[in-house]
Amino acid sequence: MRRPPREPPDRELRDRGGRLSEVAPRIGVVVFPGSNDDRDALWALAALGAAPLLCWHAEASLPELDAVVLPGGFSYGDYLRCGAIARFSPAMQAVTAFAADGGLVLGICNGFQILCEAGLLPGVLRPNGSLEFVCADVPVLVERTDTPFTARCRPGQELVIPVKHGEGCYHAPEGLSDDQIVFRYAQGSNPNGSERDIAGVTNEEGTVLGLMPHPEHAVDPLLGSGDGALVLASLVDAARERLYARA
Amino acid sequence: MRATVLVRPKAGILDPQGEAVESSLRQLGFPVGEARVGRVIDLDVEAASPAEARGEIERMCEGLLANPLIESYEIEVDG
Repeated sequence: MRRPPREPPDRELRDRGGRLSEVAPRIGVVVFPGSNDDRDALWALAALGAAPLLCWHAEASLPELDAVVLPGGFSYGDYLRCGAIARFSPAMQAVTAFAADGGLVLGICNGFQILCEAGLLPGVLRPNGSLEFVCADVPVLVERTDTPFTARCRPGQELVIPVKHGEGCYHAPEGLSDDQIVFRYAQGSNPNGSERDIAGVTNEEGTVLGLMPHPEHAVDPLLGSGDGALVLASLVDAARERLYARA
Repeated sequence: MRATVLVRPKAGILDPQGEAVESSLRQLGFPVGEARVGRVIDLDVEAASPAEARGEIERMCEGLLANPLIESYEIEVDG
């Protein structure tokens, strides 16, 4: 499908009516006790042409899905370590199996922490270097555009996306390849002390991505930035391709 | 059987909480060196012997109580 060059990130919102003929991929948003960005993610995915549905953490099986989103929040009170307990929920067992089959999984903020604890992504997220909760719009650089989550971005593109977290300091395992770093905070804008300015990483296959910034809060330019739509719309595109491949 | 698990940030891992404690202690006039902050977990474990309890708790540590990437743990079993 050809797209006009330099498509503005909010194009989907304006063109929503014109895209109704396109099939909407099914994207599950897992709700844990303590999730609080699940409905924003649901709204954003629907605005970008997906058919999102909420999946309850206690369900041991997922409905037929083309992608999964783990939303932000404080799952299970973030007790012990962020994401450490959510990892054992029945829905996460299903998400792990889904990812093992090559399914697309996006973890945002607490979702990123859960994916790291579950071993679906390398590394771990630690308390911010400042020990303070940060809430700010930050510039984030796209390091790779050949992933299902960034295909709509230009290489090196700077996206402005909000962060809001107390534990977003990424600690990389030894030998983490640069190929797995999909997003970095722009120089001088690292809000949490993450190693190598890492804001988002992918698994080796490129099918699971976690990031601390919240693209679902940056989908409508009216709210400050529409740049997050590039990330989520890339996911919707990739999920749609999965849907076609499945059909 | 009572047991205690000590979870610590591994050497070389940045510990901002420990740094904050260290600088507060210095401000209070205590001439401390490096401070590191970990976690204590007291457990009641059903096991036939201390050795069995230890093995069981090791599995708990690997699975949940500690993240081996950044934390080390120590197990003490009473009796």
